Amino acid sequence: MIPLSSLNISFASIMPEMLLTGLALLVLVLDLFIREEKSVLGYVSVIGLIALIPVSARTIEAKASFGGMVMADEFAAYFNVIFIIAAIFTILISMDYLKKMNVRRGEYYHIILFSTVGMMVMASANDLVTLYVGLELMAMSFYILVAYRIASARSVEGGLKYFVLGALSSGILLYGISFTYGASGSTNLSEIARQLGGFQNPFLILGIVLITVGFGFKVAAFPFHVWTPDVYEGAPTPVTALLSIGSKAASFAAFMRVFMVAFPAFHAQWGEILWMLSAATMIFGSVVAIAQKNIVRMLAYSSIAHAGIIMMGLLVYNDLGAGGVLYYLLVYAFMNMGAFAIVALFRNDRIGESISDYSGLASRRPVLSFLMALFLLSLAGIPPTGGFAAKFFVFSAAIDARYYWLAAIGVVTTAISLFFYAKVIFYMYMREPDGEAVMPESGVLYNVVLLVTAFGTVFLGIYPTPFIDMAIKAVKPLLM
Amino acid sequence: MTGPEITGGFPILSTLIFFPALGALFIIFFLKKEWDVLIRWVALGVASVEFLLSLYLPFTFDANDPGLQWVEKTIWIKRFGISYYLGVDGISLLLVLLTTLITVICVLASWTDIKEKLKGYMALFLLTETFSLGVFMAMDMFLFYIFWEAVLIPMVFIIGIWGGQRKLYSAIKFFIFTFVGSLFMLLGVLALYYYHGKLTGTYTFDSVVLSQSIIAPAIQFWIFVAFFLGFAVKVPMFPFHTWLPDAHTDAPTAGSIVLAAVLLKLGTYGFIRFSLPLLPNASIQLGPFMAGISIFAIIYGALCTIAQKDIKKLIAYSSVSHMGFVMLGIFVFNVEGLKGGVLQMVNHGISTGALFLLVGMIYERAHTRMIGDYTGLFKQLPVYGVFFLIIALSSMGMPLTNGFIGELFVLLGAFKANIFYAIPVVIGVLLGAVYLLWLFQRIFLGNYYYGGKGPLLDLGFREIIVALPLIILVFWIGIFPKPFLMAMDASLNNLIKQVETNYRKGSDASANVTARLQAPSAERAGQ
Repeated sequence: MIPLSSLNISFASIMPEMLLTGLALLVLVLDLFIREEKSVLGYVSVIGLIALIPVSARTIEAKASFGGMVMADEFAAYFNVIFIIAAIFTILISMDYLKKMNVRRGEYYHIILFSTVGMMVMASANDLVTLYVGLELMAMSFYILVAYRIASARSVEGGLKYFVLGALSSGILLYGISFTYGASGSTNLSEIARQLGGFQNPFLILGIVLITVGFGFKVAAFPFHVWTPDVYEGAPTPVTALLSIGSKAASFAAFMRVFMVAFPAFHAQWGEILWMLSAATMIFGSVVAIAQKNIVRMLAYSSIAHAGIIMMGLLVYNDLGAGGVLYYLLVYAFMNMGAFAIVALFRNDRIGESISDYSGLASRRPVLSFLMALFLLSLAGIPPTGGFAAKFFVFSAAIDARYYWLAAIGVVTTAISLFFYAKVIFYMYMREPDGEAVMPESGVLYNVVLLVTAFGTVFLGIYPTPFIDMAIKAVKPLLM
Repeated sequence: MTGPEITGGFPILSTLIFFPALGALFIIFFLKKEWDVLIRWVALGVASVEFLLSLYLPFTFDANDPGLQWVEKTIWIKRFGISYYLGVDGISLLLVLLTTLITVICVLASWTDIKEKLKGYMALFLLTETFSLGVFMAMDMFLFYIFWEAVLIPMVFIIGIWGGQRKLYSAIKFFIFTFVGSLFMLLGVLALYYYHGKLTGTYTFDSVVLSQSIIAPAIQFWIFVAFFLGFAVKVPMFPFHTWLPDAHTDAPTAGSIVLAAVLLKLGTYGFIRFSLPLLPNASIQLGPFMAGISIFAIIYGALCTIAQKDIKKLIAYSSVSHMGFVMLGIFVFNVEGLKGGVLQMVNHGISTGALFLLVGMIYERAHTRMIGDYTGLFKQLPVYGVFFLIIALSSMGMPLTNGFIGELFVLLGAFKANIFYAIPVVIGVLLGAVYLLWLFQRIFLGNYYYGGKGPLLDLGFREIIVALPLIILVFWIGIFPKPFLMAMDASLNNLIKQVETNYRKGSDASANVTARLQAPSAERAGQ
């Protein structure tokens, strides 16, 4: 019998998760009493989330708690802040969006909050079981959110697709977890590493492969990306934004922790798998995005390509690469959210979907066009934006670790990706407006979101020092 | 790594870089779309003040000091050894002045030409100035890269929004060519950073520090190729020149001027500033190859020029030929050649800039650029004809004009390096005379014929004022080039010396390269 004290039960270490669960439940209950103006729930959620930022930034414990199940280290804190930021922006742009789409149901907000709880659990999970619970909580919430526009066939189709493939990928992940458990006799990440040593067990390698597949689904890596474009297109646009930022970041958080803490001895093996996945993902995502005519599908393929680059940071296995992943995801939260916010504003059932609808937007909405151009240039990685700094860190990490070919592929695909990002900018600025596509006015909340994301995108590019230092400090303990 | 240091008191270089950007922001945020006249005057005011400010540099310049002057340096991203490091020496001084002067001319050249979206137009020109000056002043390779990439964006918009018939195509082509090239350059910069870091233990992007210890020649070769792809596209060198005729043809007049006079110089400047001192072994080994394709570009560009029917395209192709002279001057590795190369950079900026300016003036009247639409204009437009003749003569290198001095130095350098370089170069000079004089003859001499739309008037007061500074410079450099040559003398001598010593250092480094290459792989296996 293990003495209770050795489990290190520290509620402080799960404070952000507990508070956020409380907030979600509060919103759930409030929903019963607020009949008309559901956006009040959104305000409550946003205020709660903002208050949560300092809490989660400060919840840092160097020691694993709850018998090694939870690790509330700086790594988790960094990711938690990314999730909260993404959730805040998502809720802010959702309020207008839901009104526009005529959706007046309150559960939207607390489902977003629950999905954020799931992400946080994933980031701080130090045990494969905790991780799986977090992942399922997040995934379940997203299944609902994706299909939220029940009147739209595409939304339901996307939801169903996501559910079926997501369940399949969870199953594969679980299968991999069980192989790992069989080989090591534990689900605790540090314990797995200790038990395995460097012993090459074929079943363990199978387990690693299956876990890679499971995470590959979640981060939308080629060839496990097939759900991405349809789901992104079908989901309400703010949900797509959260899916592409929060879900991806959470999956990478878990991905990193599992591979760096549990399987460091097998870097040669998983490094090779990820090398191929990363290269294929970057090439596939950026090449296929060129052919897209629908802006959401284009951004979906762009998000696939970004997953490939982020994976590069993970597989090079040094402090700069791993820190680069954290930094990249932080920047991505701002620039991708900005781009999706504008798409969400423009898009309704008939127009704003096709890239050609953006023709001549610059003369009608100069400020919005400028911001969209900024976000797209940042996604393309052009200095002095944050997107450039993030790519710079990851590529330099790859070169430092002598992954020259991978870095070269990254650079080439970045060049390719310029085609489709620049295409939208060219449409906005250099074409005459066609058709009746008129972008609606952006409300105050929208302007706040756009300004903050634009500021973040530029600031992270001009002054990345503190954020990259924090990221590197956060991943140092993982790189034993 | 050195601590933050700002030498020389007042940060004149930062002021020069960011003043136009502030002007651009002012225009965007404080002026209304409808205030056309005011926008023009504010833009002109900003550009002129900037030019006057930049005149501070030649007056305080110490021609005997080969090093950087007005240095500003402070740490930016410490972890990577990135600093905000600016400096100007004899090589960049003239280019900085050229940039500030050309911007004033661009604003004036667009005075009546541009009527739509004037606000954005003027702001973009000022931004182009900011970023180009940044490229010429940045001594940190990371900072350099940022300005290098950034300069692309306003230019693409200028071509794509205010351009001619195929503006979208040309803008995209320009964007993609240069961006792809630059990405390879970025890889090269990163590789240089890491190899230098592994060699010395100091990880830094500071180009002065990078040039003090030279990496092994085998690695230099690949980095040189990466730099080459970035710089050669901008120059543009054969075979990466195909974006240039399109971009020039479709750009608005002022866009063509700034493209020819400033943006093309960024590439050649990059070769001089970074490829030569940082990669001396690769530069010297590949020197004959570089000289070869430069000579090819001179002849090929000239032959293409002769065949053109569109005046703007003709001048664009002549740029390919002229930039070949610059590149040849750089890669013969002697002081004469380099001097000629740098001077020719300035000359090309003046002459080709002026040619585009003059073509823009007639296009504004007639809305056609076809040579066949004009004959015998000299009697109708005497002032215009004289201006055009002067500039054409200067562009082909007539004695007493600037082109002569530049081409002479390049030729001297080529002779000194290898007599076989010089023969095709002379042919290139002759071909230059052919296409320019033939162009002049076709447009201005013979019986009067005019196939354009608008009334054909001679130059107005504003147009003469715009062109006059360039004409004065043509003769000034042609008759009394001494101040210009003196300014670059010390820096270029120092550069040659540096290339030679670094070449030896690089050869020494090759001895133990194998040992170093094996060491890190052993280290990685240990993880």
